[in-house]
Amino acid sequence: MDPILEILEKDARLKPEEIAKMVKRNVVEIKKLIQKYEKERVILRYKTVLNKELLRNSSEVRALIEVKVTPQRDVGFDAIATRIYQFPEVRSCYLMSGGYDLLVTVEGKDLQSVASFVSEKLSTLENVHGTVTHFLLKKYKEDGDILRSREEDKRIAISF
Amino acid sequence: MKNDLNQYLNKQVQALPPSGIRAFFELVIGMKDIISLGVGEPDFDTPWAIRESAIYSIEHGHTTYTSNKGLLQLRNEIAKYLRGKFKLDYDPENEILITVGVSEAMDLAVRALLNPRDTVLIPEPCYVSYSPIVSLAGGNPQYLSTRKEEKFKLRLQDLEKIKGAKPKVLILNYPSNPTGTSYSKKELEAIAKTIHKMNLFVISDEIYSDLSYETPHTAFASLPQMKDRTLLVNGFSKGYAMTGWRIGYAAGPRPLLDAMTKIHQYTIMCAPIMGQWAACEALKNGETAISNMRKEYERRRNFIVDGLNKIGLECHHPEGAFYAFPSIQKTGMDSMNFAKKLLEKEKVAVVPGTAFGPSGEGFVRLSYATGMDKIKEALLRMRRFIKS
Ligand SMILES: Cc1ncc(COP(=O)(O)O)c(C=O)c1O
Repeated sequence: MDPILEILEKDARLKPEEIAKMVKRNVVEIKKLIQKYEKERVILRYKTVLNKELLRNSSEVRALIEVKVTPQRDVGFDAIATRIYQFPEVRSCYLMSGGYDLLVTVEGKDLQSVASFVSEKLSTLENVHGTVTHFLLKKYKEDGDILRSREEDKRIAISF
Repeated sequence: MKNDLNQYLNKQVQALPPSGIRAFFELVIGMKDIISLGVGEPDFDTPWAIRESAIYSIEHGHTTYTSNKGLLQLRNEIAKYLRGKFKLDYDPENEILITVGVSEAMDLAVRALLNPRDTVLIPEPCYVSYSPIVSLAGGNPQYLSTRKEEKFKLRLQDLEKIKGAKPKVLILNYPSNPTGTSYSKKELEAIAKTIHKMNLFVISDEIYSDLSYETPHTAFASLPQMKDRTLLVNGFSKGYAMTGWRIGYAAGPRPLLDAMTKIHQYTIMCAPIMGQWAACEALKNGETAISNMRKEYERRRNFIVDGLNKIGLECHHPEGAFYAFPSIQKTGMDSMNFAKKLLEKEKVAVVPGTAFGPSGEGFVRLSYATGMDKIKEALLRMRRFIKS
């Protein structure tokens, strides 16, 4: 991967000037490249990663749902996946190998709303012929981030 | 009358310069909320796979001594690594010794090599322990000064002009703590020629070899005719972020390894077994983790060196390790004064260059084994400090 993307993926707040220094390249060049990536939608957007486990008043409920579907002629799984992922409740949607076809992550404000989304919206779709819903109880690690409060630097403050 | 306990103490130890910098270190350690660029170890935790393999080994009751030379499995892995990386062939049975860090390997080496008053050449600024271990072994440490103008590289003309007793050993360290300086293969070949001419033995501390950013590291022992007169010393502390595990190794000609093993066997017995198993895992599967850390250091290095030069602290481009060694001469302060004032005024800790030898005067060592956020903030504070 382009080091510029690696750097931004870790910290989107770094300015082009800073990235330029880190990779020893010209700022103008870096700015152009970033624009290009944005235009091509390689860079979709810049966001903040929250550790919601630490937010006491956040009562989101998340579920992983295994969905079995019948693929359609010509469009395979894509058409049904599109039908599913357009719902704002759907946080992610993957085509899987193995015992089921789509893995869908759904988020709602409580158990009830996720359950009704599954029973009313998801399982009633034509071509969906089965769902298994797993409610998520606790997040330990998400997208490479361990969800705990920051640890202190354990090193002695100065050493040879 | 009170008994003067000094009368019992060893004269050699008493004569060692008290690390002049001790008081400054105490000051840093006692202070809260500072940004420290004074740390000589990685800011990464040991990669989990390595830690996990040590846990596994403890669970399975691997809690015993190992052979004096260290686990044969680990020596085999090291032999494989040295062959793969540097085309160096060492017999894991007789030519590799596992030690308690590079620290022990260096100490064993000088003790095994030196007779009273033998001269050991040490280019400085250098890692702090070289001169004391030579003195403790009864030898005569002789500093060779290096200069910023030559990126702190060993000056061959100085080496050849050495007066007085014929030197026996040269200690090399590249990439270097504190300067970050390393050598190209060509530069090393020139050094090797002189070494050969002067019939010196080389102890080569290559602990930062995995943290080389410009050209791949060349092991000194891999140069023509050098394997017989070089002790290669390396370890896991820096590249693998394993400082606390205390595992290093020495590879070299058998007679020297035999002698070192004797001392090791009587004084240490063996390096801790958990660390040895962890080191095994590091060599087997650690490459990705290492290269990720290396990439991160390299970016920080580029950033900090640029930043230092921009705020007027001239800094050469360090080829390896994780230190920048800028000149602070323009501020008119000496190294210690600069470090103290910077700490007092801006709460940024750096190590005065004089800790690493007389040629370090006028310089400070900054470690970029520190997150980018802290490096950025430290540079801002240093700029403010220099302006005031
Ligand atoms: C050049 C050099 N040699 C040796 C050491 C000691 O390493 P170890 O942890 O393997 O004893 C260090 C640690 O700072 C170092 O910088």
